[in-house]
Amino acid sequence: MVYLLCLIVFSIGIYGVLTQRNLIKIILSLAVAESAVNIFLVLLGYRTKGIAPIDDGTAANFAGAAVDPLPQAMVLTAIVIGLGVLALSMVIAIRLYHRYGTYDITKIRKLRG
Amino acid sequence: MDPLPLLVAVPLLAGFVLPLAPKHRIRLTDFFALVTSAALVALAIAALRQPDCAYHVGGWGPRAGGPPLGITLVLDGASKLMVLIIAVVTFAVILYSPSYMARFTGKRKFYSLFFLMVAGMNGVVLTGDMFNLFVFLEIASIASYALVAFGCEKQELEASFRYLVLGSIASYMILLGVGLLYAKMGTVNMAHLSSKIAAAGGLAGAGPVTEAGKASALLIFATTLFICGLGLKAALVPFHAWLPDAHPSAPTPISAMLSGLLIKAIGVYALTRVLFTVIGMSDVGTPTLCNLIMVLGILSMVGGGFLAIGQQDFKRLLAYSSISQVGYVILGIGLATPLGIAAGLFHLLNHAIFKSLLFLNAGAVEYRTGTRRLDEMGGLNKRMPATGATSFVGSMSIAGVPPFNGFFSKLLIILACVAAGRYVFASIAVVVSVITLGYFLKVQKQAFFGALKDKWQHVREVPTMMAASMILLALLCLATSALMFKGPRDFFLGHAQRSFTQRQRYVDRVMRPTTADARESTERMD
Repeated sequence: MVYLLCLIVFSIGIYGVLTQRNLIKIILSLAVAESAVNIFLVLLGYRTKGIAPIDDGTAANFAGAAVDPLPQAMVLTAIVIGLGVLALSMVIAIRLYHRYGTYDITKIRKLRG
Repeated sequence: MDPLPLLVAVPLLAGFVLPLAPKHRIRLTDFFALVTSAALVALAIAALRQPDCAYHVGGWGPRAGGPPLGITLVLDGASKLMVLIIAVVTFAVILYSPSYMARFTGKRKFYSLFFLMVAGMNGVVLTGDMFNLFVFLEIASIASYALVAFGCEKQELEASFRYLVLGSIASYMILLGVGLLYAKMGTVNMAHLSSKIAAAGGLAGAGPVTEAGKASALLIFATTLFICGLGLKAALVPFHAWLPDAHPSAPTPISAMLSGLLIKAIGVYALTRVLFTVIGMSDVGTPTLCNLIMVLGILSMVGGGFLAIGQQDFKRLLAYSSISQVGYVILGIGLATPLGIAAGLFHLLNHAIFKSLLFLNAGAVEYRTGTRRLDEMGGLNKRMPATGATSFVGSMSIAGVPPFNGFFSKLLIILACVAAGRYVFASIAVVVSVITLGYFLKVQKQAFFGALKDKWQHVREVPTMMAASMILLALLCLATSALMFKGPRDFFLGHAQRSFTQRQRYVDRVMRPTTADARESTERMD
């Protein structure tokens, strides 16, 4: 059920990318889609009433009680990558604004498809 | 020294060290870039001579029959082939770059991004871990987004933005696919995934009724995500919209890298690796999947070919032709027969060589005349003999005229189609080949043959280094024809093809518990 929610948020992001005309809004939509994927990954390792995956020797049945740390590690990497992509896309958007004086994607049409 | 981690580490290090060079000693930077790329060629050749092996990063190898704990790098026939192609084309492009890039500012940043992209591609080719595949894919992609926008002109920024948006969506799809696989199978190691998916019955057992059926339905969803995501990176036809803008807009050395290597390493190769090694396209009877891949290939071949005919911009024509030629590769691989895969990989190798050659030719013409429009050129053979001759070799190779390499790989693909009973696909491949010949004859006629136009009377040949790089690639166009003969064919293509069709060997290689030296002495020639 929660997974379905992730997919819905992901689809909202893709929808935004496809329909928005403003460069900044397109970038925000990308960010929404990216967050949806990241949340999905974190949820994969979730366990109700799980403990932090740090084995300090106090918890009995550690492997049975801890949440899965691997998706957390992956999400950290994915977030950093996402940050890089967002920063680069912002730079390109700002440069585009300097060149064209607008953020409207329909007015930025030098290239034929 | 083990060449495996070095193949990723050397370009990564170069990417961060080269921009630190003093600004006024740009010659020094050029020299170090050349040395680095030469070192990559040496490493690739060293890797070629090695037996197939797996390298466990940080020593986190498999313990007592379990899966490897950490990230694994895997060297097998296909990755050897890819690493060699990447190293050779990188070397040629670096040879070409110093003169060409002299008119841009920020050459050091160019080298930095360039080597980051190479590191990413080598990583994608070598990795044996799904999540790591995504990470390297992003390294290569982000570097390429920035490189497309390198000139910061209107067109370049726009092309780069479009490429970035589509590329990011593709990446998220791939990440979602990796997440789904992890959710069902509980691992991201390719070998471990492969054995678990095989145990679960692969794609074949789809059906919502049983628990296994549900797993399989999820697997189909993940496969679809991979095909869309990696297909977008490879610019297959329904997903190709970004390529004809992005590839011509980049500075020429980068166009050569993008069309020659990037779409293959992070698109075609990654797709093949995921479909064959992880999902098991060859041993699970999945005619639907094979058909889907082949149809994508056919669409790309035909679509790219027809769109290329009408182009007047030299580089744009080459970009469309890339889509078309990648279609051939995908068609061969989609056949999923040993001959088909070998033929597809052969064409992949050839296309990397002649397409980068042709882009460098286009860049050479632009360097001296300042135009990319074919109708403004004419008779350039008289003033630029080296460029003219090498572009003739490149055009004839891509059009499939013997004795150049393109002829043999296309022949093999068509033969493989016939052998698999796909007569319609074989005839389409022949027709597209004729179309390719048509538009490359147009290029030759308009740009290089005929009467020299008055305004080009004072055009000179390009600098020696640029010419040397083009001649090197042109010679390779002839040399790789030798892969048609049995000995080299078995060594390169047979070996590479077996690494996709013999999935169990891959699994065994990675899952074997590490010993003290972790090196296998057997399996030298597979």
